[in-house]
Amino acid sequence: MESAIDAVVNIAVPLVLLAVAFFTGRRIERRHYQSIRARENELRMLPAVTFRQIPSAWVVDSFGVVSGSVVISIDYFKRFLAGLRTLVGGRVASYESLLDRARREAILRCKEEAHARGYQAVVNLRLETTRVTRASKNNRATAGVEVLAFGTGLELRRDPR
Amino acid sequence: MLLSTTEGIPGRTIKRFFGVVSGSTVRSKHIGRDIMAGIKNIFGGELTGYTELLQESREDALARMIQEAESLGANAVVNLRFATSSITQGAAELFAYGTAVQVE
Repeated sequence: MESAIDAVVNIAVPLVLLAVAFFTGRRIERRHYQSIRARENELRMLPAVTFRQIPSAWVVDSFGVVSGSVVISIDYFKRFLAGLRTLVGGRVASYESLLDRARREAILRCKEEAHARGYQAVVNLRLETTRVTRASKNNRATAGVEVLAFGTGLELRRDPR
Repeated sequence: MLLSTTEGIPGRTIKRFFGVVSGSTVRSKHIGRDIMAGIKNIFGGELTGYTELLQESREDALARMIQEAESLGANAVVNLRFATSSITQGAAELFAYGTAVQVE
């Protein structure tokens, strides 16, 4: 009897979690992409570039370091899919979209800080990606991924475009 | 203290170099944040607690770097970089480094 309950718990709980995660994860990702696209459009006038030097034609009034970061996690369903993928190899699409969201979000936050501080451009933008692990020993899974975007915000006398 | 991720300070010339300055901090999360992260690991989404923690720690590392630069007599740090490494389960090192200089 006890083993039957155990079996049900061991199989049913992960299945329910998978089903729930499938819907919540998809919803969260779709909403996030909507928000990313809308904000990217709003901040289109503020270019963030990877130039190491400030173009000589730009007259800089003031500057400062700006940064944006985000830690996001993949959902249980996608982690399960990624686990299956490692059996056959190939593109792990679930992690690709996670990293894409994280990078775009970090760049957006960096640009938002630049905008709030009155800068019109960000130069020498850099991206750093780190895996964030959880403290608990029995769970060796990645808690999430952190992306940091940083650069130098510039207040320009003339519009850069 | 002027900070820049570019190789020079816009519109100023560098008079003196003091070499590399750095600041670092190693932080771990507290259990409450870890539990929240565990829940988010099922549903997906942003781990706001971690984002804030890492951002605060990075500011600490930056403050330590600035302190070192000030003690050398520098008034600016150029080519500033940040690095993060997960050194062990549940702990991360936040590192900020750059070149301390004196500009006019």
